[in-house]
Amino acid sequence: MLARFFGKLGHEILYFLETTGRMGVFLFTCLLCLVTPPYRIRAIIRQTYFIGARSSFVIIFTGLFTGMVLGLQGYYTLRKFGAEGLLGSAVAVSLLRELGPVLTALMVIGRAGSAMCAEIGIMRNSEQIDALETMAIDPYRFVMVPKFGATILSLPFLTFIFNMVGIMGGYLVGVSLLGLTSGAYFQGMYQNVVWDDIEMGLVKSFVFALIVVWVAASKGYHLHLERSGGFGAEGVSRTTTSAVVMSSVLVLVWDYLISAMML
Amino acid sequence: MSEESREPIIQLIDVCKSFGDQSVLENVNLDIFEGTTTVIIGPSGTGKSVILKQMMGLLKPTSGRVLVFGQDLSRISKRELQAIRMNFGVLFQNVALFDSMNVFDNVALPLRERTKASEKEIRQNVEEKLALMDLDGVNEKYPAQLSGGMLKRVGLARALVLNPKVIFFDEPTTGLDINKSNEIYRVFYRSQLRFKYTSVIVSHDVPRIFKLTDYVALLADRTIVNSISPEDFQLSKHPAIKSFVETTMGPIYISEEEEADYYEKI
Ligand SMILES: Nc1ncnc2c1ncn2[C@@H]1O[C@H](COP(=O)(O)OP(=O)(O)O)[C@@H](O)[C@H]1O
Ligand SMILES: [Mg+2]
Repeated sequence: MLARFFGKLGHEILYFLETTGRMGVFLFTCLLCLVTPPYRIRAIIRQTYFIGARSSFVIIFTGLFTGMVLGLQGYYTLRKFGAEGLLGSAVAVSLLRELGPVLTALMVIGRAGSAMCAEIGIMRNSEQIDALETMAIDPYRFVMVPKFGATILSLPFLTFIFNMVGIMGGYLVGVSLLGLTSGAYFQGMYQNVVWDDIEMGLVKSFVFALIVVWVAASKGYHLHLERSGGFGAEGVSRTTTSAVVMSSVLVLVWDYLISAMML
Repeated sequence: MSEESREPIIQLIDVCKSFGDQSVLENVNLDIFEGTTTVIIGPSGTGKSVILKQMMGLLKPTSGRVLVFGQDLSRISKRELQAIRMNFGVLFQNVALFDSMNVFDNVALPLRERTKASEKEIRQNVEEKLALMDLDGVNEKYPAQLSGGMLKRVGLARALVLNPKVIFFDEPTTGLDINKSNEIYRVFYRSQLRFKYTSVIVSHDVPRIFKLTDYVALLADRTIVNSISPEDFQLSKHPAIKSFVETTMGPIYISEEEEADYYEKI
């Protein structure tokens, strides 16, 4: 009984180590290929367009509503302390430090991360990755590098859009709806937002970009090694789901860790 | 059929392969000779694709050695392996064309990625190969828009495009009707005559495939029984071969006059 328990535990630990090791090597290889020639600039730009275009509408939409709800909630909370004038900076700081990078990453996971994982998984499943290898084309350079480059470029940019639209959303609610003056909204923001806020947002969106593309690409690439059975269409859908869950959780965990480290 | 020279370019030596605790291959020995065609036959799910994938270096043997051009695939660097693979063309079991690229770009891909050929040379080469495969006017089509037989021919065009020394075919005609299979055999015969490549074919299409091959290797009981000429194969006294011949071909094996020089005519 006990022996079986420890046997199973050992098995789990080994599987965990094996998976993490594999994913670690994968990340290292991808980054190495990304920064060494031959550079795949054109492929990266094409992918950036793809990921950016695929995600920008949803980013604008969620950014707007996030800003609006921040404006609304912030206004009524701040009014209790007679500090409505701080609304602009409250909205901006929450967006820059937390909500912008996190929500953008989650949206990109939903839009692009899942698609990347499924795409690579299907390539693995239908032997397209094997085909690349036998044609002496490195699948890391050919498939992974453009996706890594594009995600690392897109995510900070999309976060920036999210923040700008969010600040406009807060403005819409605070100024147009609730009657704050436009000067007060931007004046408070200008005085209170410091470089640290922007820096934290940038660091986060960079780390989140790595997490998103790493989990999605590596799960798809190692589809055939998944313990739960990665074969067929069902394997692709199951792996994609697990990649979405895993990258979302990792984003939130790292959000906390980075905040804790940088504050 | 191409003339042979006794020079093995691929050798499997005592190859064993298992996945987890499932043993798939045990002590497989097989030589592939330059300029010849070898067919690997055997029931499905017994490891024929695994043998091919080991020859291509996609899977490593659990024990034993795979030598290609005299080099042990599990002892060379990634770069050396890539250099060897420059001599390979592969037609995968499910073709494995890139579904986000059209036919032309699929066939052109190895040239664009692996050579310094100009766009004009690439176009010329690709169109030549597509024409050889009797594929005209499909350049702009996407793989999802083509029928099974056409896909296989596009796959073969892609395999041929770097003028490889060895081409691997994993079940090139499985799932195709007689006419479609004949088309595949025709373009295969024609291209081999032209480019003189060595071919390794996994096939179920017994006995028709025997007309095209120099050697037949039967995979049974996790190992390759023998690699012998089709004539010897059909007359073999080896119990495994005998039972295979009897169950798949019936007691009478094909006669010579049936479509005798069908492929030579074209
Ligand atoms: N990558 C793999 N991981 C685990 N098992 C595999 C793998 N590839 C093949 N197998 C197993 O090896 C056996 C032989 O497969 P395969 O070579 O595809 O058969 P076939 O002779 O039909 O081509 C099957 O039982 C299959 O489940
Ligand atoms: Mg097979």
